[in-house]
Amino acid sequence: MKKIIMATAALLLGATAAQAGGDQIHIVGSSTVYPFSSYVAEELGATTKFKTPVVESTGSGGGMKLFCAGNGMDTPDITNASRRMKDKEYKQCQENGVKYITEVVVGYDGIALAQSKDTAPMNLTRKQILLAVAAEVPNKEGTALIANPYHFWDEIDASLPHRKITFYGPPTSSGTRDAFEDLTMKAVAKKMDVYTNLYKADQKANKKYKKYHEVRQDGVYVPSGENDNLIVQKLTKDPEALGIFGYSYLTENSDRISAATIAGIAPSPAAVQDGSYKLARSLYFYIKKSHIDKVPGMKEYINLFTSEQMIGDGGACTEIGLIALPEEMRAKYRAQAANLTNLKPEDLKAK
Amino acid sequence: MSQHNFQADARKRKRDRADKRFKLYGLAAITFALAFLLFFFVDIIGKGLPAFQQAEIKVTVHYSEATMKNYNNAVDRQYKTLVSKTWLRLVPNQMRDNPELMGTDREEWVLGENRVDQYLKGNEGHRLKSKYQTMINKMQEEGTVRLVFNSGFFSKGDSKLPENAGILASAIGSILVLLLTMLFAVPVGVMTAIYLEEFAPDNKLTQLIEVNINNLAAIPSILYGLLGLAIFINFMGVPRSSALVGGLTLALMTLPVIIIATRAALRAVPDSIREAAYGLGASSLQVVWHHVLPLAMPGILTGSIIGLAQAMGETAPLLIVGMMAYIPEAPGSIFEATTVLPAQIYTWSSESLRAFEERTAAGIMVLLAVLLTLNAVAVKFRNRSENTW
Repeated sequence: MKKIIMATAALLLGATAAQAGGDQIHIVGSSTVYPFSSYVAEELGATTKFKTPVVESTGSGGGMKLFCAGNGMDTPDITNASRRMKDKEYKQCQENGVKYITEVVVGYDGIALAQSKDTAPMNLTRKQILLAVAAEVPNKEGTALIANPYHFWDEIDASLPHRKITFYGPPTSSGTRDAFEDLTMKAVAKKMDVYTNLYKADQKANKKYKKYHEVRQDGVYVPSGENDNLIVQKLTKDPEALGIFGYSYLTENSDRISAATIAGIAPSPAAVQDGSYKLARSLYFYIKKSHIDKVPGMKEYINLFTSEQMIGDGGACTEIGLIALPEEMRAKYRAQAANLTNLKPEDLKAK
Repeated sequence: MSQHNFQADARKRKRDRADKRFKLYGLAAITFALAFLLFFFVDIIGKGLPAFQQAEIKVTVHYSEATMKNYNNAVDRQYKTLVSKTWLRLVPNQMRDNPELMGTDREEWVLGENRVDQYLKGNEGHRLKSKYQTMINKMQEEGTVRLVFNSGFFSKGDSKLPENAGILASAIGSILVLLLTMLFAVPVGVMTAIYLEEFAPDNKLTQLIEVNINNLAAIPSILYGLLGLAIFINFMGVPRSSALVGGLTLALMTLPVIIIATRAALRAVPDSIREAAYGLGASSLQVVWHHVLPLAMPGILTGSIIGLAQAMGETAPLLIVGMMAYIPEAPGSIFEATTVLPAQIYTWSSESLRAFEERTAAGIMVLLAVLLTLNAVAVKFRNRSENTW
């Protein structure tokens, strides 16, 4: 017993004396980028003498928070994001001394609305999706907003089938949810006067109507956790429902589910690249430049991630669900990553 | 007289019927519970068993200059998609380590790709293209493809490619974390219990402490994760994701369980033993160390093992301290990033590749086996401790 107590004391002392190691890359961020990032990490660990980087899936926002917390070696070296860094986050970084950041785009991620394979195919527009999931929608005359009354698709548009509206989708904490709201709801609502007029009338009180993205909470949209496998299972049991998830899950489970077309376009790498499939977004990672020389393998990791072998057409990441950037874009970001170009606040404003 | 008896009989029959029904309810309840358990085991074992086998393919490996430059040249083109990338990418390193290989062609059994693996196991979601399906069918006839025991599952760490994913790193992580939890929680818990039971005066303060300890045993485990994040990572500067921070956090969670179990065990030691020892002139320390503690030891061990088993299966607090991450290498020290078995199972369960489904189930089987063993040990101690005074 005495020995155990002594050992405990020694360990406790050791713990306080020890400093967080800087010999291993630490990556945090988006759960969407996580599979690609960890694949690259594994390849780096397996083929070089560097230790395999630790990749933690914290969500884009959570990753930014950790990344921007400071320059200490116990803060992450790289953060992944399924959206661009926000102005606010950039400022946070600057305030905490994380002055020099390099931004890299690695590819696209598409969001798919999918249903059970046995269900008749469905074609939707982004506006129809908005009308189906928004908490408040325009009334029949389009003059004012009312609580969403729609429970069947044909109530929204007579051309749609008489089918119950049910969505299984990610919860608010998820990057996929962010993307879904950005790509469907915000993108449409910001161009609809019935929403924006309210915002113009009272910019403070009606701020949410500028880019309306409130999801209804009457049981039609069912938040189903971050686990997309679960959504796939639910869809096979509920053939009327639609599920919202990342493109990679669609291809993985193509024997059980099929995608709805958006404005007539089915999700495919080509449709995402040329911009005709609208439910797609870019995937990013951000490098903390002050750690480049302190953490071994940083440069190699970045080079590997941006290499053709990983993110090119038919590269390893594209095999596991990433949609490749057009070639000239890849070259551009590869150069940006190699030169460690600083991210400037103006860059974030430009769309 | 006979009338009276008849009524009594009727009442008795009614009581007997109620008695029978009551037993039946109990039986129904336990059957219901067992049915769930059975369903769970059948489901998990049915899904998990295939993971203990892995496809291998016999191919000619070209150890050449071209392979050195691009590992995809190691096998003939048509086999490239059938063999695992995780094996392919290691070929150049292997050539560097063994220069005598250069320029030779060898026939070798190599790790198969996960789609091939799933196809061979008859999983409907294998996603192997039909052209490769016919190829595999032909190879099967020739005997150049086989399913072997998946030793990699126990000798490798996590991987993004299921055929290369194993539980070694997370198992080592679990052992490290559990050892640390034990080192922190058991001495502190036992000493607390001894003090409260043997020395502390019975007043408002100790009663308050007692109530609090009982409550702490019941609070959601995720709160311990938040506590661990605040104290150990943010305040004490213990590295995030390390075995140390995991062990400390789980120790916090296990402490109340150990304290309660130890106090119960100490209370079960009859006072006559203490009094006899005092009567012979023993000091308090001697009474506790020489008499009470040894007699209570089996009970303490049972409680500690159950507490530790609980800690072993815990994921929620570890999520908060950063252990739910992609960490394929076993930790070299307690300060390095580590993952644990339940966290590994969780990460696999959210992977999109189908072959991870069976790995998830297999991981659960391993975790269950360890937990059942721990509980069996606890039961053994309890049986041994059934003393009659």
